[in-house]
Amino acid sequence: MSQAEFYQRDRERHPAALTPDYKTSVMRSPRAALISLQQSVSEITGPVFGHNDIDPIDNDLIHNYAKDGESAIGERIILHGRVLDENGRPVPNTLVEAWQANAGGRYRHKKDSYLAPIDPNFGGCGRTMTDENGFYFFRTVKPGAYPWRNWVNNWRPAHIHFSLFGTSFSQRLITQCYFEGDPLIAKCPIVKTIPTQDGIDSLIAALDMNATVPLDSIAYKFDIVLRGRRSTLFENRLEGN
Amino acid sequence: MVQKLDYLKETPSQTAGPYVHIGLAPGAAGFDIYRQELGWDIAGPNAKGERIRVEGIVIDGTGNPVKDVLIETWQANADGVYAHPESEGEVEEGFRGWGRVITDFETGEWGFDTVKPGPVKARKSLGTGPLHPPAHAGDDWLGRGDEGHEDMAPHINLWIVARGINIGLNTRLYFDDEAEANAKDPVLNLIEWHNRRPTLIAKRSERDGKVVYRFDIRLQGEGETVFFDV
Repeated sequence: MSQAEFYQRDRERHPAALTPDYKTSVMRSPRAALISLQQSVSEITGPVFGHNDIDPIDNDLIHNYAKDGESAIGERIILHGRVLDENGRPVPNTLVEAWQANAGGRYRHKKDSYLAPIDPNFGGCGRTMTDENGFYFFRTVKPGAYPWRNWVNNWRPAHIHFSLFGTSFSQRLITQCYFEGDPLIAKCPIVKTIPTQDGIDSLIAALDMNATVPLDSIAYKFDIVLRGRRSTLFENRLEGN
Repeated sequence: MVQKLDYLKETPSQTAGPYVHIGLAPGAAGFDIYRQELGWDIAGPNAKGERIRVEGIVIDGTGNPVKDVLIETWQANADGVYAHPESEGEVEEGFRGWGRVITDFETGEWGFDTVKPGPVKARKSLGTGPLHPPAHAGDDWLGRGDEGHEDMAPHINLWIVARGINIGLNTRLYFDDEAEANAKDPVLNLIEWHNRRPTLIAKRSERDGKVVYRFDIRLQGEGETVFFDV
């Protein structure tokens, strides 16, 4: 059975473009409606990456920017999970990229001027490929909350940005992972761009005691769901197959 | 009550934020970490076809350039083939067809070098769904096997993320020297407002003997670029 279009994106589950409490969205959101396309080969294909594109240490943020014998400062965590599609099938061999602030909430970026210091042994980015069953993991330090200029006293919850490809350009997704129990989640205008509580909950990684490394690292589990895909079952049936 | 459908739901999007470069273009954020950053070479050294440069800025609803945007590009080669197993045909070794482009922090200008893509097979007929079977045995939903239908005009698919953009914006770049193909393009023709179609057409010029297409993207307001739900 051949594969056809991806399921229509549920735009009521994603944030709207215009979410005024997140102020920057006001002038960066289109006013006209999106034009809906039935997918062609331009949308059902997308870039293919291989293990040669990355290095094995790229998923270890504790060490991938540290000097020899040193490591990043902060709460050591393993962030792991699975990339699935809406049919519940694993998405194997897909590129997962992540970036984050350090344990004090400071980003290694020339535009970040927050007074919390840079950690000399922490870069803040990682990447990996899912395995044949869709599993991935990162080793990192838990990021700190940080202030941002939206309202005068807004603080982002601890979060890690995620970038996903899937197998087609129409599955391309960037999102953010939050952490179980963080009281800032409920106060954040960026979190609250998501219209449903169920959608918000799906971005909160759960503390996963079963995956900890005793005396070494705490673990959180963060599964990611990409768009599912229909098969051409109906067309075949109508053709008498 | 009815049975519960057991589909999972797509993970909701969130903004890429102002520091997207850390993850996706760390050199621009100010540090070298990876052996090789991804997305800098779209066509590779062996690609056939016309070498072109594409340039532009992204403009917000106040008319100011957006200086922290990241754009990804996805295109076919000069024969209209994508570097993907589901696209019929072969691409040249080293042709990836995918690029990652960031704006200059001071000016908001961005640009990339590639080859001009060829026309790509269209769906057999836009506007019919799976309950409308293909007209001929052997046709499939992409129109493969259907001779005589129009291809899509040459185009580059773009995906735009930035601070303040909650979910990536999809658009297409077409070429102003492909007027005949553009006039028949099934996607351009889906845009009911004729005066919005030119927002997707890049303007060709030459500079120092090099072909340059200009493609400015207006996120909001007058001349707003057409964005697609794909």
